[in-house]
Amino acid sequence: MQPFTYARAESEEAAIRAVSAGGRGTRFLAGGTTLYDLMKLGAETPERLVDISALPGLSGFETAGPRELVFGAGARMSDVAADPRLVRDYPVLSEALWKAASQQLRNMASLGGNLLQRTRCAYFRNGEPFACNKRVPGSGCAAREGIDRGHAVLGGSEACIATYPGDWAVALLALDAAVDVAGPNGARTIPLEALHREPGATPEVETTLARDEMILRVRVPATPLGRASTYHKIRDRESYAFALASAAVALRMEGEVVREARIALGGLATRPWRAREAERELAGRRLTPEAARAAGDAALRGARPGHHNAFRIELGARTVADALLIARQRA
Amino acid sequence: MDRTPDEPSDTPGAVSRRPLMIGAALAAAPLAPPGIAAPARAQDAGDGRLRVNLTVNGEARQLSLDPRASLLDTLREGLALTGAKKGCDHGQCGACTVHLDGRRVASCLTLAVQADGRAVTTIEGVAREDDELHPMQQAFIDHDALQCGYCTPGQIMAAIALVREGRAGSAEEIREYMSGNLCRCGAYAGILAAIQDAAPKMRGA
Repeated sequence: MQPFTYARAESEEAAIRAVSAGGRGTRFLAGGTTLYDLMKLGAETPERLVDISALPGLSGFETAGPRELVFGAGARMSDVAADPRLVRDYPVLSEALWKAASQQLRNMASLGGNLLQRTRCAYFRNGEPFACNKRVPGSGCAAREGIDRGHAVLGGSEACIATYPGDWAVALLALDAAVDVAGPNGARTIPLEALHREPGATPEVETTLARDEMILRVRVPATPLGRASTYHKIRDRESYAFALASAAVALRMEGEVVREARIALGGLATRPWRAREAERELAGRRLTPEAARAAGDAALRGARPGHHNAFRIELGARTVADALLIARQRA
Repeated sequence: MDRTPDEPSDTPGAVSRRPLMIGAALAAAPLAPPGIAAPARAQDAGDGRLRVNLTVNGEARQLSLDPRASLLDTLREGLALTGAKKGCDHGQCGACTVHLDGRRVASCLTLAVQADGRAVTTIEGVAREDDELHPMQQAFIDHDALQCGYCTPGQIMAAIALVREGRAGSAEEIREYMSGNLCRCGAYAGILAAIQDAAPKMRGA
């Protein structure tokens, strides 16, 4: 592993100053479950780490507010997943957290860091002799002619079809969340929907954050849709695996009729993927199994299979349909 | 990792430095380059090692560490506590599970310097002082919850934490909250039985 220097920040401001002044090789370090893992693989090669994991101002969260839920970026996934109000009133958020990783990793990983988790594409993780535009820009994409079983069917480009692996961001996207970030030039708020990028010609640029901008907190508008919600995650094994397909859904029902639906997809796209067309088509309809399936098909409309992943288009549509029927039971 | 952690820093000649704090006061010094000047100064005297204080199984330990060292390598190579095992070294198998401030973590993905000032419990530290096995250890023996045994220290550390988290309510819940610990011998049935057996004994303990 490439040598690096390590320093622990005492405040958000000091951390931002240090990362900003340190230049390209300087990075924030939170739980480390992604960054340290990728450093062992040589996929990340920072020269200076600024540890923000012990900053007390980032670790809290508040789920009781009348207008919004607020999650400090440093809060641990395990603590937030077990919050009783979240379990009761926003199951989509709790499930997205406890169905991710293992309890060991959820005890380490932060909510802000989880949003920035990098792809599990094996060509990206392993590098040479395989080409990866995300790892070495301009080198090519081994996945396009390789084993693409887990790769994206939505949002890919010629340069990259790596799947965004996270769950939490998908659930947040369905609930119109936003992140407050701060950098050397001040603070701003980014809608979750604008945080992640499709790869296009520059797959190494994964978010709209500047290198020296830090996520301070995640905010979710309080909504009665939270109760009739679920994060449905389909994996190769029942637990502790990344999604082959997942769906975050939330519903506002009037009897049997859908008044409002929120649908976001995970495990299928190069970024957290909102399925607005499916939402629009479902609104005003009775939520029958047939309507749920039609919404699933609408959510996957435009999906493009590679060599080994076509089954995940059908799987994705069924996952959305099942998620809608699960959420309806909670309305 | 191409370097292993050093011996405890009471070894003669060891460089001893605590992980440097980047503070607002420090960064506010008018002529200093903000923030990042500090770590550069902290490491220019030696080979970049940092002084780290850990409480391991109740005992205070002081180490001089390469910042790259994982907590797992530090325990195994620096402190000769080889109970926690290196399976995948990427947080995927659970063999390295230890408790950090009472919570289970993957020690292979924990930078040892991030554990500075914190308490670590390993499998070597769970038996009672009179050497009586922890109820979870005894239950693993009673239920044949292992074959080769390589994953067992991690399984037991995860299982003890699971009971304390209140996640031993049903077989389904135990399976879910033990899913971060793989057993390639397939002793899962015995592991489940052992946890169900030990959970009430831990509450009584």
